[in-house]
Amino acid sequence: MQAKCLPTLVALCLSAIAGYSHGAPADKVAELCGSCHALERPDYETQGREERFSRKAPPLYFAGNKYRREWLAGFLQEPYPLHPSGYFPERKLRDTPEGDMPDENALAAHLQLSESDAAEVADYLMSLQPYAELITQDSYSEGKVALRMGTLDFRKFKGCDACHQDSTDNGGFSGPILYDAWNRLQPHYISAFLKNPLQWDPNTIMPVPQMNEQAVHKLVDYLKAIGETE
Amino acid sequence: MKAITVAAISALLSPLSHGADDASGERLYTMYCTQCHGMHGNGLGVNSSRMSVQPRSHIEREEMMARSDEELFKVIQQGGKSIDKSNLMPAWGDNLSEEEISALVAHLRQLCCKESGNE
Ligand code: HEC
Ligand code: HEC
Repeated sequence: MQAKCLPTLVALCLSAIAGYSHGAPADKVAELCGSCHALERPDYETQGREERFSRKAPPLYFAGNKYRREWLAGFLQEPYPLHPSGYFPERKLRDTPEGDMPDENALAAHLQLSESDAAEVADYLMSLQPYAELITQDSYSEGKVALRMGTLDFRKFKGCDACHQDSTDNGGFSGPILYDAWNRLQPHYISAFLKNPLQWDPNTIMPVPQMNEQAVHKLVDYLKAIGETE
Repeated sequence: MKAITVAAISALLSPLSHGADDASGERLYTMYCTQCHGMHGNGLGVNSSRMSVQPRSHIEREEMMARSDEELFKVIQQGGKSIDKSNLMPAWGDNLSEEEISALVAHLRQLCCKESGNE
């Protein structure tokens, strides 16, 4: 990284980093993002569970199989918190007599890019598709679920809201928010991830749902329904 | 001298060079369980304030002594429903190997019932 940062010039320095202008996209992304995000599959076989403890951020090496491109380009310009209590192991908690509480103020602001840089980075990340097969093999097709039934299913029957928020005022804090999932994630990713999260991440801390395909598709339809009413 | 160096180096490398099944019970508990059961194992994890059924405290000796190791193994592997408890306790049997679940059971015994792990 060529930018040298004096404390007083942090703002300038950040814009210098974010405003890179030359080099191959792969090198730029490695330079800007690689210190926190995995851009290649980690060696899970050798590292075992310790791999998870070494993470600073969610893996991006299959970004092209996961995100919607428009969302990605938008997020890089205007990032917002996805994990309300931080991404494990970098959890941000307050230790209170009532228990562990999310510490929103401790969440670090995410790196922000200009419109053109965000577009270039998003294009590159969307080219990373090592799990294309999991996407093409997935059989989800969009359907409708009554909001009331979907809510009951997500919360009461499947218990997803122990860890995930399906609205700003309902659901736990350890998993990513899901009321934006439909706008953020490819439908086939949501479906394939729910069928077997371990194929995407053997060190995920989400329990593998014990559900048949139809039940998975109903939950995807629910995320669609709440995403579209946002 | 040489032997000592070799031993020291392999001790340093061992957490990385071992496979998934070798993570300690405490490490696994931190990774998977604290999100609901809390960093102190008292049932007050970061999700608990929004849950309709409160996660079990693992530091209550009486409650924990009422469960056999087999029951603890089963509830981790197959979820709360398998022992007629809440479905908010998920089944972790696909995420974790049997060796890992056994390591977790041993850690629960440490938390509830060994002087050092109790409050
Ligand atoms: C200093 C560390 C750091 C750097 C550098 C960084 N990120 Fe992140 N990123 C994070 C963390 C931590 C999160 C999780 C934030 C959250 O949950 O709200 C995150 C989240 C994300 C997400 C959403 C992940 C998800 O949950 O699916 C994307 C996409 C992303 N970053 C892209 C990038 C890109 C592209 C770059 C480089 C231009 C980059 N990040 C640089 C730390 C970093
Ligand atoms: C015990 C907590 C927990 C429960 C219960 C849980 N999840 Fe998750 N889920 C997570 C975590 C944590 C992640 C992020 C991956 C990670 O950190 O390993 C995740 C990831 C996801 C993702 C992918 C989102 C992304 O940004 O990659 C979806 C979709 C999802 N969960 C849906 C569900 C649904 C639907 C249910 C109910 C069947 C559910 N989850 C139950 C903790 C949980």
